[in-house]
Parts: sequence; structure tokens; C-alpha cells
Amino acid sequence: MSGHSIYEPQSSFMQWLERRLPVASLAYSSFIAYPTPRNLNYWWTFGGILSFMLGVQIITGIVLAMHYTPHVDFAFNSVETIMRDVNYGWLLRYLHANGASFFFVAVYAHIARGMYYGSCKEPREVLWILGVILFLLMVVTGFMGYVLPWGQMSFWAATVITNLFSAFPVVGDPIVTWLWGGYAVGNPTLNRFYSLHYLLPFVIAGVVVLHVWALHMVGQNNPTGVEPKTEKDTVAFTPYATAKDAFFIGLFCLFLAWFVFYIPNYLGHSDNYIPANPSQTPTHIVPEWYYLPFYAILRAIPSKLLGVIALGGSIVLLAFLPWLDTSRVRSASYRPLYRQFLLVFFVVVIGLGYLGSKPPEGGYVIAGRILTAYYFAFLLIILPLLGLFEKTKPLPNSISEAVLREGIPIGASAPPPSSGGRA
Amino acid sequence: MNAHRSIVVALALAVSVSAPCLRAALAQEAEVPPPQRWSFAGPFGLYDPEQLQRGFKVYREVCSTCHSLKLLAFRNLADPGGPGFTEAQAEAIAAGFQVTDGPNDQGQMFQRPGRLADHFPPPFPNDQAARAALGGALPPDMSVLAKARGYERGFPWFIVDAFTQYQEEGPDYIHAILNGYENPPAGFTLPPGAEYNKYFPGHALGMPKPLSDGQVEYTDGTPTTVDQYGRDVAAFLAWASEPKLDERKRLGFQVFVYLIVLIGLLYFTKKRIWHAVKHHPELTEPRPPTEYRRS
Repeated sequence: MSGHSIYEPQSSFMQWLERRLPVASLAYSSFIAYPTPRNLNYWWTFGGILSFMLGVQIITGIVLAMHYTPHVDFAFNSVETIMRDVNYGWLLRYLHANGASFFFVAVYAHIARGMYYGSCKEPREVLWILGVILFLLMVVTGFMGYVLPWGQMSFWAATVITNLFSAFPVVGDPIVTWLWGGYAVGNPTLNRFYSLHYLLPFVIAGVVVLHVWALHMVGQNNPTGVEPKTEKDTVAFTPYATAKDAFFIGLFCLFLAWFVFYIPNYLGHSDNYIPANPSQTPTHIVPEWYYLPFYAILRAIPSKLLGVIALGGSIVLLAFLPWLDTSRVRSASYRPLYRQFLLVFFVVVIGLGYLGSKPPEGGYVIAGRILTAYYFAFLLIILPLLGLFEKTKPLPNSISEAVLREGIPIGASAPPPSSGGRA
Repeated sequence: MNAHRSIVVALALAVSVSAPCLRAALAQEAEVPPPQRWSFAGPFGLYDPEQLQRGFKVYREVCSTCHSLKLLAFRNLADPGGPGFTEAQAEAIAAGFQVTDGPNDQGQMFQRPGRLADHFPPPFPNDQAARAALGGALPPDMSVLAKARGYERGFPWFIVDAFTQYQEEGPDYIHAILNGYENPPAGFTLPPGAEYNKYFPGHALGMPKPLSDGQVEYTDGTPTTVDQYGRDVAAFLAWASEPKLDERKRLGFQVFVYLIVLIGLLYFTKKRIWHAVKHHPELTEPRPPTEYRRS
């Protein structure tokens, strides 16, 4: 990985700046010359998509905050004013609301890719843990954002979720009162959620810097899970990774535009267009779709306290994945058993998501318990044991060899470069 | 492998256990509103101004007796993508409403004819007054009603809807409610003051049947039936709740054309850049631009 180009300022101004603030060489080595494995597939573009979505959310959010009123009497109507009277307010709000959903689409794809290709393993443990922290921050930020329009679902989601803390003995009730800023969800709650909803995205941006820093220390994993060994195994970040990322970000924008322009309320709940009413509980209180798997885990456990612990544990356990997964082989491509158990795990999470949207009665409860059991069994039993007993396939000696096996000649004698060189 | 198979069995079991429960749950729910044809459905569907004008007439003559429309201003009636009233017509409509203003120089609130900038005045001064006048029932504000109502689509329809762009649950539901009044089936006990409606969850609706055939006069030859009134007023309420729909879909089309061209260019750019890596690795040596030199 040595020998990639380094930045040398040529113009006298850039030389002057480089001696005082080497920001240009930092950007150059991080985003241009940074060596990236040549065999990355499109699942690796979700990191770029996530940075892009964070930018979209912050920009639309800052403008929305200019027009929003964080007060229980005005919040709902101020959102409607944005929709009706602010120039392109409908676009900003639909982008922000659907953007949150797509932020989670991207983060789930990003996490799934990390699990599939073993990206959490040595030496990327800190990188992975920072990722779990980012996910937790996103969950909290998204939840607080959902409360701001102050519709029925906003209010009751805030009530249900904050009440989870009351499950803890002795400290529970004081914590809930402290979170609310009163004895019920009310104006102080809305105000602090607004304040934190504005703050946390910048905390996320800060942790993203650490996440990228950690990434650049250890380098990217790749579909083979074999570390790059020679220069032949890598290509420069720019133009190779940037071109690939740009193409996929474009596709992702098209996907987002489908929702924003044509089905903007598809992912929302119609009850959230009813102003919050503390004296009227909706028939079914459901969180946003991206929390449904965790909501299903919460409800699968009969005891409230254990349910809350399972809910928290289902996310926190992910931080321990580098040690729960005992296999020395990273990529699921070379771990036939792990691959099957992992794909079932993904199906189970989707199944939990479906059950989370259903009322907790009858067969849904039983199904929820079976799937919850698998969720934890996979992380706590199957993963540690698999590493000990699984017979893995032989690993390629290098990335280049793996690519060669797929029929693309690497370093083979090539015809002299013709002008253009199009496919 | 055995472990894997047993997981599949467990999953299948989970699904089969929940399926009958799903059917039982559906049987207890209200009837599914029949889908209507809406001019504003689909990627190119826009509001029909004539239908919105008819719907506004129904709202003004019937619904507005009890239901407020607080978030709408009279000026909105002349907005592009709306009912298509001229500004003069919207002014005349506004003048037909009495709006509370004040306090004046004497410190008194007073009534005056509405202006374009005024919002639709509510029929009752507050919720308590509405409840007192209507036997305890509170008619909801209609500004975002078409987005605040819907019904459970269920699997697999909620997935299909994402592709067919079905967003008209609210208007379908409103139309169905207006046409859903029936005599209660034998054995169904209605609470006092309620009427039976087959589409209303729980079936006991506090609103008496508001519309009957021929009640509102149409001047354009459109049939004056409850079915037609329901469709027109639901379309009007859809506009009231989503007044920027026309603008949204027009911009959406432009964004789609732009993005598809951009994605095409990005794809061929990417392909060209990667061509060398895949076929001529010796060409991947970085060619230093002016600012950079290879170490």
C-alpha cells in the first residue's frame, strides 16, 4: 500500500499555505490518493451515501428550523405553514421526513454489508464500535425529529418511548420525570427534543469524522476479507471509488425522489396529521418503520423491564460483534454455514419489523418470541460456536488472485494503450 | 445444515401461526373503502379545478355548518393548482363570510366581511361550544383531514402501493364514509346519538348522514347524487390537505428526467474510468496533474 502519490504543492500560494495549514495535503491523501481495494462491490457505496444523506438532512433541517415553532400550541400549525406558505417548504419537509427513512435504509445496508463481509473483525473493532455509536445517535435523533410535528403519533410515541425508562426499579420514575421536564409529555419535552434534535446531527458529524479517521488507519475491508498486500490490490480513491460512489448516489437519489415527489406520505402514519391530543390514545401506537424490529423485540418479552433490557441489548450487543464472532475468516463468501445463518438473521430482522407493525396479540406474539429468540441466539450462541466448528473454504492468497479467479486478467500482458480505451 | 433447516421450520411455523390471526383481525375491522378514480392519482395526475369548485360548493353549503377549515385562507382559492377561482371570485367568496377582528380602538372585538388574507372562520368559537351544540360530538377540522384518515392496507398491498403510487386512502375513505350509512344489522346496539356506518371503525358514527341526493345544486350538469357529492368533496379536501400536489408532481417529473440523464452520464464515466483497471492495469498509473507529483 506504500508508494501511492503524495501531495506536493506547485503554486507559490499552495506552498505558502502548506507550511502553515496542510489541509490540502490532508484532503489529498484522504480523498484522492487513499488506496482502496480494487474489488469493492456496490455495497461499499453506502458509506458515501450515508455522508451524502447526513448533508441533505442537515441542510434541509436548518432551513426547516427557521420556520418551525417548538411550542405545543403552534408546532403542528407551523409545520402546516411550512407545507403551504413557505417557498418550496413542502419539498424541504418531504425531503427531510423521507430523507430520515432513507438514511436508515442506507445505514441498514451498511451494517448488513459489514456483517456479511466481516468488516467488524480485527483490526477494525474501533471502527465498528464507532459505527454502532453512530447508529444509536441516529436512532435517538430520528425519534426526537418524529416528535417535532406534534401530531398524535408524535405525542404518543414520545409518551411510550420515554415511559420505557419507568421499567427500572427505584430510579425509573424520577428518570422519566427528568426526561419530560414535568409530570407528563408537554411543552418542556417538546422544547428539549427540538434542542437535542438540532444538536445531535452535529455530534453525528463529529463521530463520522472519527469513523472515517479510524477507517483510514486500518483501510477498507473488501469482499474477500483478505487484506491488500501489494499495490496491484488497490486503486486510488479518486477517480475509482468516487466515480462508483457518484453513480450509486445518483441511483439512490432517484429512489428517494420516487418517494418525495410521488408517495411522500407512504412511509408516515396518517394519525400524525391529527394534532396531538393527550386525552385521546390512538388505537395502535406504532413507531416509524425503521424502529419496528426493535419494537417487536420489546413487546416479545412479557416482563416490561426485561423487554426494555432486550431492546437495549439488541443494539448494544452489536458493538460486541468483533468478539462474539470468533471466526478468523472475515468474509461470508468463504464461510458457508455463517452465510446461511446470517441470511436467516436478516430475514428474521425483516420479519420482526413486520410483527412490530402488528398489534401484540395471538399468533403475532408467538411469532415475535420465536424470531426474538433467533435474534439473540444468533448473536450469543451461533456466532461464537460457528467460529470453532465451521469448516471454511480456502482463502485466496490476495485480492488480485481472487479477481483473477473470476476471469478478469490482472497484470496480464495487455495490448498497447490505444487512444480512448473504451469498453 | 440441520440447524439451518430447523430454523426454516421455525420460521414457517411462525408465519403459519400468525396467518389465521391476521384473518381474524381483518374480519373484525370495518369494510374496506371501495377505491375511486381520482384525477390526481398517479405520477401525472393533477387536480381537476371544476371538481374542486363543486367540492368547495358542497363544503360551503353542507360541511362548513359544523367542520372548520382553519388552515386554509381565502387567497388559497385563487392559488395555482387549486380550484381555479379568479382573485375577484375568491374576494367575493371571502366577503360572504363574517370574520372576527380586533380589538379596535375602543378595545372591542368586531365582525367584518372576510378578505383574501383571512383564514376560513370556524363555525364554533371553540371545541366546547361545538360539543355543546352537537350533543357531545366534536367535528374534526377538515384542513388536513384527507391525509389524517386512511385504512389498514395490509400485506401485500402496502408493498404494491409503493410501486403503484397509491396515496388516495384518505379521499377513498371520506367518499366511503359519506356513502356508508346503513341500518344497523340485527343485534348491533347503537349508542344514543350515533348512526351506523359500515366503513367507520366501530361502526357507531357521531355524524348524522350529512348528504342526500339533489341537496346541493350543480350548474354544470354533473349528477347530483350522494356518490358524486362524496367524490367531489373528498377531492376538495384532498386539495385542502395537499395544496402543492400539482407543483410537486410537475417538479418531480423534471427531477426524474434530470436524474436519469445524470445517472446515465455517471454510469458511463464510471465504466470508462474502471475500464483500464479491469483490462489494462498498466494504465492505472496515476498521471500527475499540475499540482501533484508522484513520489
